[in-house]
Amino acid sequence: MSRAETLLFEHGELVPARRMATPMWLRAARYWAYQYKRTWRSSIFTSFLIPVLYLTSMGVALGSLIDKHSHGVDGVTYVAYLAPGLLAATCMQIGVNDTTWPVMGAIKWMRTYLAMLAGPLDVYDVLLGHLAWVAARLGIVVTIYLAVMAAFGTVLSPWALLALPAGVLTGMSFAAPIAAFSATQDTDTAFSTIYRLGVVPLFLFSGTFFPISQLPHLLEYLAYITPLYHGVALCRDLTLGHVHLWVDLGHAAYLCAWVGAGYALGRRTFSRRLVV
Amino acid sequence: MVEAHRLEKRFGDFVAVDGVDFTIEAGESFGFLGPNGAGKTSTMRMISCISPVSGGTLRVMGMDPATQGAQIRARMGLVPQEDSLDLDLTVLDNLMIYGRYFDMPKKVIRSRADQLLEFAQLTDRAHDRVDPLSGGMKRRLTIARALISDPDLLILDEPTTGLDPQARHLLWDRLYRLKQQGVTLVITTHYMDEAEQLCDRLVVMDKGRFAAEGSPRALIEQHATKEVVELRFRPGQHESVAPGAAELAERHEVLPDRILLYTDDGDAVLEAVAAKGLAPQSTLVRRSTLEDVFLRLTGRTLVD
Repeated sequence: MSRAETLLFEHGELVPARRMATPMWLRAARYWAYQYKRTWRSSIFTSFLIPVLYLTSMGVALGSLIDKHSHGVDGVTYVAYLAPGLLAATCMQIGVNDTTWPVMGAIKWMRTYLAMLAGPLDVYDVLLGHLAWVAARLGIVVTIYLAVMAAFGTVLSPWALLALPAGVLTGMSFAAPIAAFSATQDTDTAFSTIYRLGVVPLFLFSGTFFPISQLPHLLEYLAYITPLYHGVALCRDLTLGHVHLWVDLGHAAYLCAWVGAGYALGRRTFSRRLVV
Repeated sequence: MVEAHRLEKRFGDFVAVDGVDFTIEAGESFGFLGPNGAGKTSTMRMISCISPVSGGTLRVMGMDPATQGAQIRARMGLVPQEDSLDLDLTVLDNLMIYGRYFDMPKKVIRSRADQLLEFAQLTDRAHDRVDPLSGGMKRRLTIARALISDPDLLILDEPTTGLDPQARHLLWDRLYRLKQQGVTLVITTHYMDEAEQLCDRLVVMDKGRFAAEGSPRALIEQHATKEVVELRFRPGQHESVAPGAAELAERHEVLPDRILLYTDDGDAVLEAVAAKGLAPQSTLVRRSTLEDVFLRLTGRTLVD
């Protein structure tokens, strides 16, 4: 008799019942956290490095020229003006990045979603769990970003604490609709188009680097529609302490609408793709 | 354990499963045998509450997959046709993660994982990444993973497709042990030998319907003779030789590469072939298998 045979468990030997069952979506989110454990060091390091590099080169170096010629932007130094814009733009990039290739991989390459669906999770748990993890990761990145901003002296008000949820919200306003879109794709070719025609133009023209009033009227109105503009404006008002309550609540509500619409759409596209 | 009545699966106009009835008892090992595209996987996916039922009724463990899918899946282990392992993580991590979907405490998963790794003969690979493992090892890991939650029902979709003979025999041995422990097994396969080895009872599926059902032995007795004589002639000779050879047996089939003669006495037929002056390039007398049953029922071979 082989060793394996003697070690075989008795069938029906029950797993102890837990008093409080973990919600299904949280079990899905736990997977992504487990994955993250493999790469968290390099990921955290990058989250530090990117704002340090950007704020040094564009904020401080380029900013000193701007400040010399025009006495800052909107009454603050250029680096203080730029930093919250970059924060929101970084959140957008993470929101897009974490819901394009990872969603496709979980459907097609690694089939992670299918493994989840073979257990007690259903398709909405899978979607919600993934989005919850993206939100958690955004939370980590924004926290680091705000710390770097503080070190650069660009956090001018205690309102800046609210830039944490504002940044997460900005990222999620991209993550939710993009996840819904990714679930409809058979190849990853559309993803580079999203970057070329979506992420990069938004990054450059949504008020990250300069007020959108500098743009031609048509582009200015176009910028108003994008979630990034509202994310940038909200984060900037909070870190500079220029809070206009109703305007900023409006920005937040607009971002929430994108998250909600994206999630509703995602429920449909995920079901259509995974439940056949 | 599973009860289906006029069960249907449609994709648009295409009918994958066309109103089948079956009952799978607890503790039994039940097989769906058929060629690719017969509707086996669609049936399995409905039983595993992954794919919604298009028509008819289905009850799994007395529950309705449409409304109680999560509860059913919590007591089920699924080995899908294509592995869905996390290739970047280690063997052990794959088991840990999967157990966490069932909300099992880490300690419990860990001790169970040790047993399952032993069972799947992967103990020495526990801390290796999954990606470089062989196909057979990945398949065994997928089965070990499906067992982590101590399921009452284990569903295996083509468990050994693409594996070499040695890996297949090892897997069969493991599955046989599970059966001995009272785990209900539901298996799809297009391999006859696999169905004969593992299944107490099976259905032969073709074009979304059941062509026959019963135990492997009963099916062979019912639809085939005791022995089969296989004759191989030079290419192109089959058609001209077939009528003469056919007279010697109860029934015959002409395949592209050989002629099959069904009889209860293979040696006698072989002698008659020689007496008739037919000179095949090679001959073989063997027992009838489910392959012959399938050929009889559908007029086609199982694996093209």
